[in-house]
Amino acid sequence: MRSKVVSSIREAVELAGLKDGMTVSFHHHLRNGDYVLNTVMDQIADMGIKELTVNASSLFACHKPLLGHIKNRVVAKILTNYMAEEVGREISCGIMDRAVEFRTHGGRPSDIASGRTPIDVAFIAAPISDPLGNCSGKYGKSACGSLGYAFADAMYADKVVIITDELASYPLMDWSIEETCVDYVVKVDAIGDPAGIVSGTTRITRDPVGLVMAEQAALVIRHSGLLKEGFSFQTGAGGASLAASKFLKEIMLKENIRGSFGLGGITGYLVDMLHAGCFEKLLDVQCFDLDAVESIRKDPRHQEISAEHYASPGAKSAVVDSLDVVILGAAEIDTDFNVNVHTDSNGYIMGGSGGHSDTAAGAKLAMIIAPIQRARMPIVTDRVTCISTPGRDVDVLVTQAGIAVNPENAELKDRLVDAGLNIVNIHDLKRKAEHLTGTPKKPMMGSREVGKVICRDGSLLDTIYSVR
Amino acid sequence: MGAIIRTATAGTFESSDAYVEVGPGRGSIDLSLESVVEQQFGEAIRRAVREVLSECGCDDIEIRIVDRGALDCVIKARVEAAVRRGGMN
Repeated sequence: MRSKVVSSIREAVELAGLKDGMTVSFHHHLRNGDYVLNTVMDQIADMGIKELTVNASSLFACHKPLLGHIKNRVVAKILTNYMAEEVGREISCGIMDRAVEFRTHGGRPSDIASGRTPIDVAFIAAPISDPLGNCSGKYGKSACGSLGYAFADAMYADKVVIITDELASYPLMDWSIEETCVDYVVKVDAIGDPAGIVSGTTRITRDPVGLVMAEQAALVIRHSGLLKEGFSFQTGAGGASLAASKFLKEIMLKENIRGSFGLGGITGYLVDMLHAGCFEKLLDVQCFDLDAVESIRKDPRHQEISAEHYASPGAKSAVVDSLDVVILGAAEIDTDFNVNVHTDSNGYIMGGSGGHSDTAAGAKLAMIIAPIQRARMPIVTDRVTCISTPGRDVDVLVTQAGIAVNPENAELKDRLVDAGLNIVNIHDLKRKAEHLTGTPKKPMMGSREVGKVICRDGSLLDTIYSVR
Repeated sequence: MGAIIRTATAGTFESSDAYVEVGPGRGSIDLSLESVVEQQFGEAIRRAVREVLSECGCDDIEIRIVDRGALDCVIKARVEAAVRRGGMN
């Protein structure tokens, strides 16, 4: 029987020919339970290879050991779509010579496919694989569901290494990534900690402020003119977004509206909406919880999609371009509707766009849902600390104190006013918040460039500076 | 004006709240503040604390505050509660 199985990660790295200055890549479907990135980077460091570029679709708190590899010169550059605060804080202090390049979930595969950000060796964690590399995230003890973000790595990297903790007999059926892309397969004891890979069911918020926002959000959708037969929808896993889905579900069932598809990071809540008949299909680039993993494994109406198919601006078409409504969050939003999801109020990196700007650009209605102040920081500012998603792509801000519509979308404003919703000027929301909190002093930023936010079209959207 | 008699606390470490600890001072107001919004609101918080102490007639106190982004009204309520629990001579 043919086999691509090699004895260790070290052997795979040697066979793949990894050398100083090359680029390695990782996906983040194992989220905060991932062992693979750290294990591979430790091995590479042990082999004395230096000055690598790491292209990781996202970096979580569990990837903090990467900071050590930056300090010991194993890693010289990072490309990512999201960086948790546990990693971002030190990056913001200026420990890297070269700024981190932030892309979006659609921009990353677009730049990989076009050759703008080539990958020498992709290390792909797979919860199950056969000896020739047909692999999937749907099965195995470390099942994570969709492997959407890993497809571009598998298709375009020079060498592809599958790292799995469950070796199946050939051929693995219902594969995600197929053997045609794969060079080597490594079997390890565990690719991740199941407790960190998928969460249990995320609870809908009980916070009264969150519930008010969620109800208003659902009413905005109802009166947007988009909630009709064939409606398509994406939302995040945050408590208020999920609550908005609950209110939306009630409206859809009551008015007997059958949508076409739910998109995105899929939660159990969207699976419920599928079962209830609110949608005919789910398109899934990443599973957020166990219910979503079970659904994608069992239900043919729940389809895995690649990040390119999800959101690539370079693809001939992508699903985000057919999306009606997306509900998104914000750390800050300014009076021009630019949104920051990269840095906190002190300027430290604590996130990233992920699919934020892709879906905002594609959706007919991009809604931001946020309270007017969070821990004394007003959400609406004159100018966001960092532009993650440009205001031209944002249609409406829903808060507990009123709904502000982007003046660019006059039609939406008219519809919502006619429906009797509490439409306010975004400047009034800023004033209301500052009446409660006081006017914040701007934090002093350093002069060193620590991050570059790359727009979907490849242009530089904003620069993140060091924190003093 | 008065001095705090015993140690006392008020508040929590939850987001949007503040935790306040008071105790006998050394003849003056000894205030230490740790805040997630120090850069944006540090001065405003210190001003609010001094206002409450002055209203309570307290000028001899050691007071430590860990602020998690509480609004002024919350800061003031927590400080007043801690001072009352601490008692004054």
